[in-house]
Formats: sequence, C-alpha cells, structure tokens
Amino acid sequence: MTTIGIGLDTVERAQSTPEELQPYEELGLRAEEYERIREILGRRPTESELAMYSIMWSEHCSYKSSKVHLRQFSEKAPPSDALLAGIGENAGVVKVADDLAVTFKIESHNHPSYVEPYQGAATGVGGIVRDILAMGARPVAVLDPLRFGAAHDPDTARVLPGVVSGIGGYGNRLGLPTIGGEIVFDPSYQGNPLVNALCVGVMPVRRLQRKAASGPGNIVVLLGAKTGRDGIGGVSVLASSAFSRESEQRRPAVQVGDPFLEKLLIETCLELYEADLVVGVQDLGGAGLTCALSETAADAGTGMDVRLEKVPLREPSMAPHEVLASESQERMLLIVAPEHLDAVKQTADRWGVTATSIGVVTDTGRLKITWYGETVVDLPPASLADDGPVYARPMREPGDRVLLHADRAETLPRPVDGDALRETVLRMVASPNLCDKSWVTEQYDRYVLGNTVAAQPENAGIIRVDEETGLSVAVSVDGNGRYTRLDPYTGAQLALAEAYRNVAVAGATPLAVTNCLNFGSPEDPAVMWQFAEAVRGLADGCATLGIPVTGGNVSFYNSTGAAAINPTPIVGVLGVLEHAEQRIPMGFAEAGDIIFLLGETREELSGSEWAWVTHGHLGGLPPKVDLLAERRLSDVIRAANQLGLLRTAHDLSDGGLAQALAEACLRNGYGATVQLPSGSAFVHLFSESAGRAVVSVPLGLEKAFTNLCEEHEVPWQGLGVVGNAGAPLEVAGEFTIPLAELRQAWEATMPALFATPLAQPLDDDTEPPAAA
Amino acid sequence: MKVGVVTFPGSLDDGDAARAVRLAGAEPVRLWHAEPDLRGVDAVVLPGGFSYGDYLRCGAIARFAPVMEPLADAAEAGLPVLGICNGFQVLCEAHLLPGALTRNAHLHFRNRDVRLRIESNHTAWTTGYDVDQEIVVPLKSGEGRYVADQATLDELEATGRVVARYAGPNPNGSMRDIAAISNAAGNVVGIMPHPEHAVEALTGASTDGLSFFTSVLKHLAGAAA
Repeated sequence: MTTIGIGLDTVERAQSTPEELQPYEELGLRAEEYERIREILGRRPTESELAMYSIMWSEHCSYKSSKVHLRQFSEKAPPSDALLAGIGENAGVVKVADDLAVTFKIESHNHPSYVEPYQGAATGVGGIVRDILAMGARPVAVLDPLRFGAAHDPDTARVLPGVVSGIGGYGNRLGLPTIGGEIVFDPSYQGNPLVNALCVGVMPVRRLQRKAASGPGNIVVLLGAKTGRDGIGGVSVLASSAFSRESEQRRPAVQVGDPFLEKLLIETCLELYEADLVVGVQDLGGAGLTCALSETAADAGTGMDVRLEKVPLREPSMAPHEVLASESQERMLLIVAPEHLDAVKQTADRWGVTATSIGVVTDTGRLKITWYGETVVDLPPASLADDGPVYARPMREPGDRVLLHADRAETLPRPVDGDALRETVLRMVASPNLCDKSWVTEQYDRYVLGNTVAAQPENAGIIRVDEETGLSVAVSVDGNGRYTRLDPYTGAQLALAEAYRNVAVAGATPLAVTNCLNFGSPEDPAVMWQFAEAVRGLADGCATLGIPVTGGNVSFYNSTGAAAINPTPIVGVLGVLEHAEQRIPMGFAEAGDIIFLLGETREELSGSEWAWVTHGHLGGLPPKVDLLAERRLSDVIRAANQLGLLRTAHDLSDGGLAQALAEACLRNGYGATVQLPSGSAFVHLFSESAGRAVVSVPLGLEKAFTNLCEEHEVPWQGLGVVGNAGAPLEVAGEFTIPLAELRQAWEATMPALFATPLAQPLDDDTEPPAAA
Repeated sequence: MKVGVVTFPGSLDDGDAARAVRLAGAEPVRLWHAEPDLRGVDAVVLPGGFSYGDYLRCGAIARFAPVMEPLADAAEAGLPVLGICNGFQVLCEAHLLPGALTRNAHLHFRNRDVRLRIESNHTAWTTGYDVDQEIVVPLKSGEGRYVADQATLDELEATGRVVARYAGPNPNGSMRDIAAISNAAGNVVGIMPHPEHAVEALTGASTDGLSFFTSVLKHLAGAAA
C-alpha cells in the first residue's frame, strides 16, 4: 500500500504529489486506462478514486469486452409494449396485467462459489434477490442453474454439497421458494463450477422504482448491514481474471451472507415503496457503495456529497477506499426527500434495520466524498458508471473447429438389439446428468409463500402472481455447454429453444428472456469468437421467436489456467398463464391415455448425452434448430390445452425420447406401452432433435388432437398408451423395464455420490445424550 | 371467528397461515412480535420460518418476544394455539409443549411431501380428522427431529398426546416417528410438517391440511355453544 506511513490520500495531496507511483496494475487496470483516469481528473487519482475506477472499470462492472456484442439484444429486439424496464436497469420488468408487472433476472456467482462454495452460492442468491427488490418488486421465486466438474471427482464432492446447502441455507431462510434449475456435470467445469441464480419478483405497476438520485437536497440513506472488510476486490479480483492457484488464498474476497437480515431488508423496502417514501433505490452488490453511489448519481445527472465516516462499520479501522470497495451483503441505498427521512427511519427501526443518512444529492455533477472533513474523492459520477473503456477484442475461430465437426457421434458403435437398448436406457437414466435430482432439490423449500403451482422436476416452475385472478408465470432456465462448444451460434439458440419449449409445454405463453453468459477469458480470441457467435445466435433467435431479452449478466474468465469451460449461455424464459389451472403437468396421470410424440426426429447424436455417457464423446455438429417449428409446437400445445385435449406434456431434450418417457412414467408411477415408428429404434430413443415433446391425450380425444396438429403443421406420431399405476415401461418388440427397476437406477445415483453417512440412525428410540 | 397469526422477524409462512385461516372461513388477524397484545383473537397460529434468524437455537429468542407473554398465559387458560414448524420449536422452547426439535438425523434440510397418520382427534385442531386417517402434507425443515426423554415419550403415548406420526419412512429421525404433539388439555398443538401448505389443490401437496383450521373453528363454536 503506497500510503502507509503517509496518512490519508486526499484530493489535495494528490494534486501536490502528481508523480507518486500508484498500484494500478495490481488493481487490474491497464496503463492506458490509468492514463485516461488522470485525464478525466486532471491529476492523479487518490487512493480511494483509484480503487473506485478499478472496480467500476473491471470486466464485471463495465462489460468492457461484451458491450459491443450485447447491443444486438436491443437492436434486434422485437417491439414489445409489455416491457416497462429493460437492459441497463437492475432487472427487466414485464407487464403481465393492467396493474401487475413481473421482473426477473439471472446472475452468476461462479468464482466465489469455487473458492468458498457455501457462502459463494448463498450470497449469489442474496445478490440477485436485491436486484429484484431494487425494481420495487417482492421477490417470489428462485431458480438455480448449476454446473459442476465430473460427478466422481473428489473436488465435486466438496463443491456441490456446499453450493446446494448455500442456496438452501440462504433461499430457505429468506422465504423464497426454489422452483427450478439445472444440475449438470462436465469435466470442463472442474476448477470452475457455474452457480447462476435467477430471481422472479412481482409488483403493482405503480410501484416500479428507479435508481436515479434525483432532486438536489434529497438525502442519501444507507439501509441494512454494517460495512466490513468482506468481499473487497470481489469483482475486480475474483470475477475479472482467470483462476490460478492463488485464488484459494482469496477467501477474504468472498462475501458472507445473513439471510435473516436480507428478509428484514425486503420487508422494510416493500413498506417504504408502498408508502411512497423513496425517490430512488439501488442495491449494493458487486462494487458495493462505489457502484451504488456513482450509478444513482450518474443516472440522474446529479452530484452527491457523501460523508463516508457516517457509514456504520463492522471494523472501525477501515480506510475510506475499503469502505467504498466493500461488498458486504444485505445493504441498499435509498434516495429520500428530507421530509420523509423520519418516516423512513421509523419503518426501518420497526423491522430492526439500520438506516443511516450518509450524504445529500447536489446539482454539482460531482461525486464528492469526504472522510472526517477531508476530501478523498471528487469526480464526475458518469465517468465511473457509464464511460468505462469499451473494447472490440480480437476474435478468431477456434483452431480445432474443422476436426471437431468431422468427429461425428453418428458413427459411434450403437446398441445392437433390444437387450442392449434396455441396458442403455438403464445406464442413461442413472447417469449423473439424467438421474433423479431430488437429493438436491429436497434441500430447497418449494412451498413457502403458498403460490407454487409447479416446481422441479416439472418442465417449468410456475408461480401464481395474483391469488384473485389466478394469473401465473412460468419460468425455465436451460443451457447446454456441449452444444455451444460444438457450435456457439446454434448452441445458444438451442438453449433458448429449450427454455421456450419448457415454458410452452408447461402451459404458458412465452413472453420474455433473460440470460447469463458464462464463458472463458475474453482475452483469448477463440473464446471471444464463441461469445460473439453465441450472442448473435441468441439475439437472432429472440427476434425469430418474438420475445425480447430484458436483461442478463456476463461472466467471463471462467477458466482454470489455459483451459476454458465449455461456453455456457444459460437462457431463462418467462411465460404467462392466464390462470394457474392452465398448467400442464409432465407426468402420465391416467391409464389408457394416448401418448403422442410431437415434432420431427432426425438422426442427431452429436453432442448428445448418449455419446457422452457411453463413449465419452464430444464432436460433430449439434442438433439442428428450427425456431419457427418451436413456435408452431408452442402454439399447438397452447391450442390443445385450451380445448382440454391434453392431460400431460413433457419436452424432449437431454437423453431424448427414452429419458422423456422414463421421466413421464416415474413422475406418478404410471407405466407405458409404446411402439416406436419405423426406422432405428436406437435413433428414436436417443436422438436429441430439438422441437419435440411427448404428450398424453385422454382416450377419445386423439382425433381432435391430431387434427389440431395437422392444422398447426406440427408433425405427430402416435406412440402408445399410458399403462396402469405400477405397470412397466414397455417398448414393443424391444424391451420391458419394470418401473421399480427403472426408479432404482434413476434414484440411486445422487445419494451414492453425495450423501454423507447418517450421523445417527433413523428411528432412534434411545435416549438422547444428557448434554444434547 | 378471529384467528391470530404471529409475525416474528424471520417468520416466513405467516402469510400462508393467514391464507389457510381465511380459506377455513375465519378472519386472520396479524399479531406483531413486539406488541404484548393478542387483539381479542379466539385462537393463534405460530407460523413457520426462522424467527430471529433462528440464531442461538431455533425458537430460543422468539420465546422471549413480548407477544409470547400474553400468549403463554392465554394458552394455559385454554386458548387454542397451533405451532407449525418454527412455531412448534417456539412452543417447545416456551415449555408449552415438552421435548425439543433437533437437527435432522441426516443433517440436511428436507422438503418432502410426507404421509402422516392422525393419532388423536381430541385436540382443538384435529377434531375434523378420524383416528388412523392418513393425510399428505409437506415437510420442510432442517431441525425437525422430535426428541424427548423416555419418560416424556411414554407419558405422551399414554395420555394420547401424540397427535400425528410419520406413516411412511421417517424423514428426519424423529423419536417414535412423532410429527405432532399436544399439551395435556389438547388446546396447544405443535406440528413439524406444514398443514397450511396443503389447503389448495393448485398449490399444495393436497388439501388434507385444511381440517386443522376448520377443526379449531368447530371446536370454538362448540365451546361457545
């Protein structure tokens, strides 16, 4: 630290010591970026200012490598009058009824979750929840797409249980149902798990909040937790550079969460919004006060005088630059008119939350921060928030692309007869990516708030947002890193198609998109090319499907050493159901119902779960994507559902038809007898062609249903009938698997991998130890 | 009929308890932890959640909340009180019910639809059930393992105060599969699973839980008659 022994680095001092060396490189700034800061300020930055620029100009906060590409989401977006707030706000807001809006956004917390799985995942949930809260909404549900290294790797046994308890430990205590997500294993995530979290919120339209610190004379209030040294450098250090061995020593850079306080913060903020007591609000997440102060002032085009010593500290010895950089959790920044200050403090006090005036909005256009009377920061806030560097990074197609595409999975050895197919089905349902995930999802509360209409393992999570009208929203998050590795443009569209399809087969009309783009280092031209292609694919796809991207998050530097993760865009699609009763469950529910396969099956095995599980193979081209066919599928499901022609529907994705049938049977314990169409039984069972779903139709309605399919130009195949409860899954002429055997294979994997031996036996009738 | 629902800081299922009360046909009245006032209610639900963050020990701080003072007195005098999940933990900490709820034997939070067998319909909250009736309600807790010393367990059994047991596999290691118990008078009941999350077909595990809330109304009507 340059200032040790010198004292406080004030603006005055910076002016008088222009040539003092500053550790900008250690803070992640490049020489030319440092020069620009000096230009903006007309002097060298103070220690505090340097810290602020290093944070706000980091990849995580400034999107400096991704900005030039992300513009497509706005430029190509289909016109939508439902969008009340879009990209650039804390979260996108979509109007779903005259007076009701829904907000949703997804974010990553990948790096912290590797360093410290429990707190990393917990604060990931906490962070996205505050984004939603900052829009004026009550958070109502969470979904968690997760990626881990190989299931059998010992480090996965460290990371996964920690991440899962972190998500549960925070989300459950906060009173938010977890209604969906994904758990995928792949060795490319070994040193770099992905922990993404999506939060959904609901609000009356009139309660929409803005972050602008408008109105000179208004008071800047810090609400919530005390500020400590936790999380300092989280975004600039952890999230903005590649992983190395030293990362493990960066534990202090991971924040520590207190879900109890966040719950109180939610109730406090909602009461303040309802009473119309705040002018502007911004959550404190990555980059802490630095980000909140500069963004709120920049958004309003105002200035701010902040007395930093008023910030309640957990550790009194903190220096001003540490207070500004701290990522302590459970804090919100409010802009309050002076006449409402007492009322704000009373509400906070009622909930036991600290509210502290730390400054005032000015018309100077300068963010001026003092520390016990001495000025340590004096800068134009937009230079931090909006004018960060923007790079058009070099891009190059990965050198192995041609060879990768030539190495097709369609040429791999296949099961040769019915017995071999039977074995393959059992092996596939037991594989880590396809097996039952109850061991994880039972650790999440899915009931709290009493509005959960559907939760994992259903196609999409469904939350009732209006108890009187029954209006509900469905959300699904999907992504397939293998597909994106093979072809990023198609892979991103396949992720979009799957999320869209999941929402549609759950009975909802898809409405809006959020995304979390997890990639390797942007300084690697091959990664940058993957990123650009994926963004282009997603933007084009959203335009074709007619649903806008409302916001999202980019996570770069997901690599260990030189090895990047499979590029993993996670796409969240939100849809609407006019009434919760329109939901379509996935599991067969009535013996005698007729089973149909919708969509076209091609011989598409490259990138498939089958190729990976049975051959450890990844090569070729991913399945073809036809977004217009996805739209038709979605339309026919909706039309059939409205006419009462559908009992159940389940999308086909990883593992193909075999997996979809197994899941539809196991959900409620009904068997099925199916006859595959002519051609290779193996291809019908394991191809991962997109745009397909398996549905069951009450007996007698099948003609009406197939007529509707013809009308919508959706290919259909009669597959068979739903069996009795407890009947086996039978594929005529190939094999029969008793449900108990199928269930055993499907359910045993996760507990065998991750359950710890019981600390005490169940059914314990003995006396507890006296000292318990 | 008015049924109070207490909100402690960290209560999470208070809204759900209030909804269940409403669906049962009564008027829910929200009670605030910091006010020693029961506002003239005819019965009280202590809802699920993590009161005061469940720091120190589940329910240990809530037990000292100002609202608990009049509540404990009223419970002793016969006011029907139902503690669900965290509310059960609070009742045990307040010594309105015997025993304690400890960490699940498998050490994980567990959310699962569980089958319960009703063992007693002589309490204020279970008159609408038949003895041996099986119901399905969600369980969602990390510290739901009911423990007590052998003498207490024997006494609970002997006096018909085991209100419900887990009928399927024991999900948390509770002694003698106990899911719910009552005090000697039968007006105070603690239950670990969540009947308030089984009151609507669209959102619940079933609608089997509603009878807890209609039972108490019948009980109150009977007492008034």
